Amino acid sequence: MERPSWAPQGIDLSMPSVSRIYDYYLGGSHNFEVDREAARRAIEVFPGLPKLMQANRAFMRRAVRYAVDRGITQFLDIGSGIPTFGNVHEVALAATPEARVVYVDNDPVAVAHSRAVLDGNDRADIVAADFRDPQAVLTSEPVGRLLDLDRPVALLLVALLHFIKDEEEPDKALAELRERLAPGSLLVLTHASTDGGPHTARQGQEISDVYKQVGSRLVMRSAAEVDRFFDGFELVEPGLVAMPNWRPEGSTEHEDPVVFTGFAGVGRKA
Amino acid sequence: MNTAPKDADGPGAARPHRPGPHSDGLRRFATIWSRAVYPTTATCMTRAEFEEHLVPLAELLSRTLHARPFDPVPARAVGQELVAAHCTAPESLPQILGVVDAYLLLYCSDPDRLPAEEGRARCARLQHAIAAGFARALQERTRAEQEALSRAALKAQSEIERALHESETRFRAVFEGATIGIGIGTLDGRVIEVNSALTRMFGGNEEIVRDRRITSWVHPDDGPTVWRLYDELVRGERDHFRAEKPYHRPDGTVLWTHLTVSLLRDPDGTPRLMLALMEDITERRLLHLRLRYEATHDALTDLPNRTLFFERLEQTLAREGDAARFGLCYLDLDGFKTVNDSLGHAVGDQLLVAVAERLQNCVKGPGQLVARIGGDEFVALINDPHSTRDITDLAERALEALSTPVLVDGRELPVRASIGIVEGPAGERTAAEVLRSADITMYRAKAQGGNRYELADPDSDARVISRHSLTNRLPAALEGHEFFIEYQPLVRMCDGGVEGAEALVRWEHPRHGVLGPDRFIPLAEHTGLIVPLGRWVLEEAVRQACEWQVRGIGGARPLRVNVNLSPRQLSHPDLVSETVAVLENAGLPPESLCLEVTESAMIRADDAELKPLRQLAELGVGIALDDFGTGYSNLASLRRLPASTLKLDRSFTRGLQQHPADPVDLKIVEGIVSLAHVLDLSVTVEGVETAAQAAHLRELGCDSAQGWYYARPGPPERVTVPLPLAAAQ
Repeated sequence: MERPSWAPQGIDLSMPSVSRIYDYYLGGSHNFEVDREAARRAIEVFPGLPKLMQANRAFMRRAVRYAVDRGITQFLDIGSGIPTFGNVHEVALAATPEARVVYVDNDPVAVAHSRAVLDGNDRADIVAADFRDPQAVLTSEPVGRLLDLDRPVALLLVALLHFIKDEEEPDKALAELRERLAPGSLLVLTHASTDGGPHTARQGQEISDVYKQVGSRLVMRSAAEVDRFFDGFELVEPGLVAMPNWRPEGSTEHEDPVVFTGFAGVGRKA
Repeated sequence: MNTAPKDADGPGAARPHRPGPHSDGLRRFATIWSRAVYPTTATCMTRAEFEEHLVPLAELLSRTLHARPFDPVPARAVGQELVAAHCTAPESLPQILGVVDAYLLLYCSDPDRLPAEEGRARCARLQHAIAAGFARALQERTRAEQEALSRAALKAQSEIERALHESETRFRAVFEGATIGIGIGTLDGRVIEVNSALTRMFGGNEEIVRDRRITSWVHPDDGPTVWRLYDELVRGERDHFRAEKPYHRPDGTVLWTHLTVSLLRDPDGTPRLMLALMEDITERRLLHLRLRYEATHDALTDLPNRTLFFERLEQTLAREGDAARFGLCYLDLDGFKTVNDSLGHAVGDQLLVAVAERLQNCVKGPGQLVARIGGDEFVALINDPHSTRDITDLAERALEALSTPVLVDGRELPVRASIGIVEGPAGERTAAEVLRSADITMYRAKAQGGNRYELADPDSDARVISRHSLTNRLPAALEGHEFFIEYQPLVRMCDGGVEGAEALVRWEHPRHGVLGPDRFIPLAEHTGLIVPLGRWVLEEAVRQACEWQVRGIGGARPLRVNVNLSPRQLSHPDLVSETVAVLENAGLPPESLCLEVTESAMIRADDAELKPLRQLAELGVGIALDDFGTGYSNLASLRRLPASTLKLDRSFTRGLQQHPADPVDLKIVEGIVSLAHVLDLSVTVEGVETAAQAAHLRELGCDSAQGWYYARPGPPERVTVPLPLAAAQ
């Protein structure tokens, strides 16, 4: 018999989790040995991973500041994972006391941890939901309480979409979210790719295999494919570029070449 | 940064340093330090930010280095601070300490205040303190994060357990509160769980349900497939089945259920348990049976009704095999309508009840059925009669049983019945065909005086059926223009000229060819289709007469057309208005139309029925008394009829064909002709076939004639050609 859809999903701590692996890459200890084991295997194939994640965080930080500079104070961060440091609400609140942030994740442990971190914070909250079910996100209590969807929102999909297969119709979910966003809203997005960066397609395949072994799937997409996610948005300068090249705050000459793998961009809904 | 030097002698914020080169040194140190450490951090700070972040740490190190008395402990804060800035990788530490070791004294020391020897010793102690602070912070941070993560995992798990518990509670509530019976059993037939609804269905004792094997719940009325489906399910060959299944209750009553059994499988697909959902349909089934009985039985006599009879007949006829035969008696009471009309329906009903009882008693044995299929119509059906005798015996028994008068309200009512018998092999005819044959045969029995039976006979069936099929086809024939008209000229005796023609309708039947009016006019009369058909003939004949007149055929005296009028048309309320309308539409003077009405129809008509004819006659339309001499020929009544012409039937003139003519016939015709002339009626003779006849009739004073001697009926254009024989005269 199939599990009824309203029955709760269990947690299997013997399986690695994408968000805890991510935390490990960032040098955190919010992880278990199974996660570290998987992360070490991934790093073995793709030694630059921790640097890439760091570049993701750095990009996100710049993008949040960019949004605040454009007068946007509302943030919806889907696939937020385990809060470590330099989280969206910290960056945003440092930039403006008006900021409001709703995090969304489908990992029950990440959600529980976020809840503990955000306890007592009346400007940020977390929703246990999935990007593939946008209505659950949009109609959640924290979104209703913290965000005014009739005003521009920055939607963050940082290092998320490469975990969504084409069959799961990421375009459709994204379109549903876009529909609900007010004009002037921003889409902040990064995506793994072996297109254009120093890493080879073989490495991309290998890392995908590692993730497959831990029960996730990592989909490398080309620049054109990533660009399509911005349908209905207008890419702001400098467009879709390698993460360090998106509005850098200093010289990029000392950057590790590995962080030029993958794409980052910010789009504005007309 | 939350750690400040505590000793008053240290280079606290309150005590200004010498500015300039020293401050530049700190900045320089921080740049070198940042360049070495940044690549090993996981910070999201930019390089510039990170370097800025290191400047106070360099200051702290510088102050601690120069403090008197020297205490390296504050330098631990530097290690802590770097861990907080995400320099948590093990490879960070050599980078951190390496720069301190190589550059701290060079950029952050004041040689005036600190001798080189002393500086190196202090620098080493500071590195120890930084390392200690780093290790302590990293340890604490790791512990805190592991702790936080474990707590989050626990919390998430207990969330899920709570949700599971809620879901389990909800399921339990559904299970227990359901009005449908739910049971779970193992594949070897043990019942492991039942809900209270199911227990109630079985009488309220859970033990009784639990302790029995599922396979022991066999009931004699189980459907033929239910246990096969059960076995297939247990073997994993099917995932569910539905059945209506009876169960013995402990108290001896029967529980009827609508049962759905589903197979529950493991995640890997192995069959594990069975789930049974049961709905108590005992009452619904009783109601259904009662409704079914009511739907298939006659409320008055309690005999099976038409529906059930047809079901059985169809089953009987659907059987296969050479031996499969059937016999059917179709019985209709003679004169039952009279009983109903004269004694009332209540008496009629009692009579029917008595008849039903008697018939029921005549039929015994399996495979026999008596049913009431209409008001006073009964049937007896016999499966596989040994011979025709079996059925005729039954018919005789039935007539015998009815021969004793029925006593109703102290009155003895004699009962007579006619029976049509059909028998034959199954599988050749449909139920409707069999019943029609029985019906036809029954009417034959009635036609022969009733109170008897007749056996079906294919020829008489065929005759009736062909009548029947013609009747059925009539409306389509009229619609499809299958009728046409032939005209037979009417000849003036005095000069042999054509004075008009009789319109005779024909049917060009697609299968049977051209049919004469005798084949279909009675059918049309019977069904009422004669009215539209008659109207069409009238319109067509009038149109034709008009055409003749327009073309000047007939010379000074325009041709007239004779059209037959059936009894039904005669009594049609719109006869006058329609006839007038047809004449007016065509522009034909009324005098040019003659309506022929049979003698029998006109004699039968009362004054009210004659009125329309009179009106037409007054308008100028000729009225002919057709077939005169075939009815009672009530000469006296001729006076009151609105007729203008008498058409003498051919039977009178047959004797005039030979030469010399039959003297009696001569006298009779002479008498009729003179009588007609006295009443101011002209006389037309039908069926003139020989010259002798024609000569006799002319001598006798007949006014006009028609017959093969002059011309056969033919298409309208034939009327316009000169008649060869008539012209010769």
